[in-house]
Amino acid sequence: MTATVVSVGDTTIHVDSEGFLTEYGEWTEGLAGQLAARIGIELTDEHWKAIRFLRADYPSHGETATLRRVSTLAGIPIKQLFVLFPGKPAKKMAYVAGLPKPRGCV
Amino acid sequence: MRRLVILGGGTAGTIVANKLRRRLALEDWQITVIDRDREHLYQPGLLFVPFGGREDLRKQRRQLLRNGIQFLIGEVGAVDPEQKSVRLTDGDVVSYDYLVVATGTSSRPDQTPGMLGDEWHRSIHDFYTYDGAFALREALQGFTGGRLVVHVVDQPIKCPVAPLEFTFLVEAFLRGRQMRDQVELVYVTPLDGAFTKPIASRYLGQLLDDRKIAVEADFLVERIDAERKTLVSYDEREIGYDLLVTVPLNMGADFIAASGLGDELNYVPVDKHTLQSVAHPDIFAIGDANDLPTSKAGSVAHFSSDIFVENFRQYVEGVAMTHRFDGHANCFVETGDGKGLLIDFNYDTEPLPGRFPLGRLGPMSLLRETKANHWGKLAFRWIYWHLLLPGRWLPLPARMSMSGKHRPDEEVRP
Ligand SMILES: Cc1cc2nc3c(=O)[nH]c(=O)nc-3n(C[C@H](O)[C@H](O)[C@H](O)COP(=O)(O)OP(=O)(O)OC[C@H]3O[C@@H](n4cnc5c(N)ncnc54)[C@H](O)[C@@H]3O)c2cc1C
Repeated sequence: MTATVVSVGDTTIHVDSEGFLTEYGEWTEGLAGQLAARIGIELTDEHWKAIRFLRADYPSHGETATLRRVSTLAGIPIKQLFVLFPGKPAKKMAYVAGLPKPRGCV
Repeated sequence: MRRLVILGGGTAGTIVANKLRRRLALEDWQITVIDRDREHLYQPGLLFVPFGGREDLRKQRRQLLRNGIQFLIGEVGAVDPEQKSVRLTDGDVVSYDYLVVATGTSSRPDQTPGMLGDEWHRSIHDFYTYDGAFALREALQGFTGGRLVVHVVDQPIKCPVAPLEFTFLVEAFLRGRQMRDQVELVYVTPLDGAFTKPIASRYLGQLLDDRKIAVEADFLVERIDAERKTLVSYDEREIGYDLLVTVPLNMGADFIAASGLGDELNYVPVDKHTLQSVAHPDIFAIGDANDLPTSKAGSVAHFSSDIFVENFRQYVEGVAMTHRFDGHANCFVETGDGKGLLIDFNYDTEPLPGRFPLGRLGPMSLLRETKANHWGKLAFRWIYWHLLLPGRWLPLPARMSMSGKHRPDEEVRP
């Protein structure tokens, strides 16, 4: 997938056609706050727990964690993830954490 | 004598055992396959059972394994990677030098509150199991109309296209019985659409629209209210049904969790190119039992076994493994009315239109409904028993080929 360069605040980042960051190393905590604001989320400690888990899990796992994985390994109930990131929690978490959109199949 | 133990005598375990038995010297290697039961089930055949498919789908596992392979019946309770031993639930212990985990994945209706209970196999059905597929056949025979919901609990599931195939087939079935007008058909998925990869979505989304099948996307079920015949999601959306056909959560075997070998769904984390366990180099996991980021499908078991067998020989000789699995998967998708389509893809390339397996000649068409694809799917049963499981050569390369494929924007219009 081809990446385009966009500016978020005063940072320049590479994103795919749906806006997901394509460079793991371009993400910062400051950027996360700005990305979250774009989708109407204000980050609280609870959001950070999920986001930090996703960031830490990605390099070793090679895939963006699914809701079930976040829930089991980070101990946040799935229901709560829906409250924190309403509607589409898996996608929204990946977006804010600067990771690829969770994989579908076909 | 070196000991290779293969857990699971399904598609992957049988192929690997048969291929390795031909390549590893009988006097140097003891190969043992352990499975919990005697009979091998042809799972792709389950799709047709609810609509009256009657062929016998089972064969004795022993008969499918070459001479010189030891077959043990037993339920695996745990693996001890330090002691290199497998404990069966009856207490027996089997030691190994090398272990292949091929115990697949299975439906777990117990994981969704409200799914198992009085309504299980009455108004709530599955077709991923032998008993489930036959119970659903009866339910469809007696179905008089209303809302029929086809539902997937979560990904990954084996054969990710099977629920869609079922939806197409049930639509054609209802039309054939002149009761399509009396039925509202809804496809409920946790994904953001019935198909997620953009090109396949464009080609296939139309099929659902044409058949007036509603899609309810991003629906992650929290529980089933069986009394009110309603699916309830984590974000408190509700979908009522008269007849529910669900694909329960799929999970790897419990012993994988008990042995500390798995991830959150009991799949064994492996290197995606060699299938070697990331935690224990003498353990490999093949087929649905691993966490490869490709489809859980018999075709993946087949293609990856070609790579695995070559690598395994290098590994036991102490040299580097040089073969790399590319995630190649290949699935027929039944679309009803005696037609089907075919998709072919890997880790990096999404399903594309074109011809398969031979560039210009086909005879199969990718992402296009044809009768040839349907006959291909039916013919596959013979190939499965007589060529695939025995580990014989098949003219389908393990690596995905771009020959015959094109991106739709490169399409040349006549
Ligand atoms: C309805 C349906 C349709 C399908 N259609 C297709 C298709 O068209 N094309 C395609 O490519 N694939 C299809 N598949 C998927 C395909 O059947 C699987 O991907 C394939 O069987 C995977 O092989 P496997 O060896 O990993 O697992 P399996 O073949 O499921 O074998 C696992 C084996 O492990 C044994 N086992 C499990 N736990 C234990 C234990 N604790 N102790 C001892 N033994 C154990 C089981 O008894 C079983 O024999 C379909 C599946 C279903 C359900």
